[in-house]
Amino acid sequence: MAAKSIISRPVYGTLSPQPGKHHLFVADAEGALAITDLAAKAPDGFFADAHIIFIPGNEGQHVAALEALKPAQLYQGPSFASALPRLKQTLANAHMGLRLYLAGTEGLIGQAMQVALEAGIDHTSIQTEHRGSLARRVQCVHCKGITENVTTQPATCSHCGLLLLVRDHYSRRLAAFQGVCINAEDRSEIPPTEEIFR
Amino acid sequence: MYAVNIEPHVVGPKGSVLENLIDVDEHYVAEMRDRALVLAEDPLRCQSLPHMTLAGWDLLELLMEQQALGYPEHFTLTRDGDKWRWINRPLGIDDSFTFGDVSTLPYGPMEYITRQSQGDFCILDQRDGNLWMDAGMVTTQADWSLDFDIGMNFFEWHAPVPLAHEKGIFTRALKFLTNIQQGKPARRLNWTMTINPRLDTSPENYHKWGPDRATVTPENVGDKVHLRVELQSFWRLPRSNGIVFPIRCYLIKMDELVTQPKWARRLHRVIRDLPEELANYKGLTRYRATLVEWLSKLDNGSPTSPGFGPD
Repeated sequence: MAAKSIISRPVYGTLSPQPGKHHLFVADAEGALAITDLAAKAPDGFFADAHIIFIPGNEGQHVAALEALKPAQLYQGPSFASALPRLKQTLANAHMGLRLYLAGTEGLIGQAMQVALEAGIDHTSIQTEHRGSLARRVQCVHCKGITENVTTQPATCSHCGLLLLVRDHYSRRLAAFQGVCINAEDRSEIPPTEEIFR
Repeated sequence: MYAVNIEPHVVGPKGSVLENLIDVDEHYVAEMRDRALVLAEDPLRCQSLPHMTLAGWDLLELLMEQQALGYPEHFTLTRDGDKWRWINRPLGIDDSFTFGDVSTLPYGPMEYITRQSQGDFCILDQRDGNLWMDAGMVTTQADWSLDFDIGMNFFEWHAPVPLAHEKGIFTRALKFLTNIQQGKPARRLNWTMTINPRLDTSPENYHKWGPDRATVTPENVGDKVHLRVELQSFWRLPRSNGIVFPIRCYLIKMDELVTQPKWARRLHRVIRDLPEELANYKGLTRYRATLVEWLSKLDNGSPTSPGFGPD
């Protein structure tokens, strides 16, 4: 669980079965466990109308547990980017009654929500559950480049190299936290780096 | 610490910045040139989500009407149905266009008119009992990013402001703003400080202007340190039901400010007594002590009269 923070920082809940005609899940790594936990509370036949898009990650775990739910469609891919065309097509062809569930790392939840927002889905109607790493997706406010999987405070922008304070201020539209140069006023000040987003 | 300082935006004394509801001053041409330079370097300072075009036309109408009303020697608007002609003499513009038809202007309506109007502009969409920052022209800002905040609601884009959420300030402000009526604009003042008379103190360029804060010395306070006052006004837009929120920035250097003894005394006390969270948020920390020391020599301890006018 993330610590109490400012209002723009996303708050995640616990997945629960929603009334709907179709159920679209997007998850990575330990996010699969949020889906199997939901399954324990779901009515019979729930997964007959379900489509799961899963990015197992390096560990490659949890695929069998998802298969056991017998979803109508199960996709596993090597990265979020590889799943993106499928996710976009699914949302473009969706009808009223589709429910969206996102589970896993903040980066996965944020990027899947970004695509859903572009497809016209209201963010408050999306179920989310955070599982696994607290690593952040950070946009450098100076060069606009996104650095993935940031675990430290401060963090170095992987594009322009500035040392960034990783703020809690978060943009759903960009699916990113804001990074602002931490030593802009005096570049010789180098604060210690701590690993705090794990 | 925080005061609810909202009042009706009505015309004030002749010769003041409130003589007209949209103020055009002697910096007009220079500020418009500054805006064009910032936009050339970073076009993301001006953005409008797809549903905000109608609100852009609302804003174009408002700014053309107000500027032509206040400064007929500089601006002329003539209308024949939806055939409009806009003359802007200081910038050498004479354009005829069809109101509501974006193909008849060189930019979208918001960008077109805000390239010809001093101050930043945020257009807020009103829905779900909230206000959404869905369009804006922001090139003279006090350290916030339109590109990052666009699409956020009122509470989200104010999230980084310290202490005010807990005091319920934004809940009350939102209630007020969502009830603004057409033809009855309101205003408030906001302030911070800027080193050197720089309009573009954006987070995007913080690594360029941030070092200025480390250059303040007891010898150069009077010339380098500026009080930055924002005149913010709030207007209901008639067609879109949006709110436009112009943020007009005025800078005064300390040497000029202290020519009014009352202002010197008051600013000394404000800067000295500001809670640390606010001083940090406003970015004063690095030069605060130097500034307080400099101002303290001009504070004899006598009271200041009510209001912000000079004695």
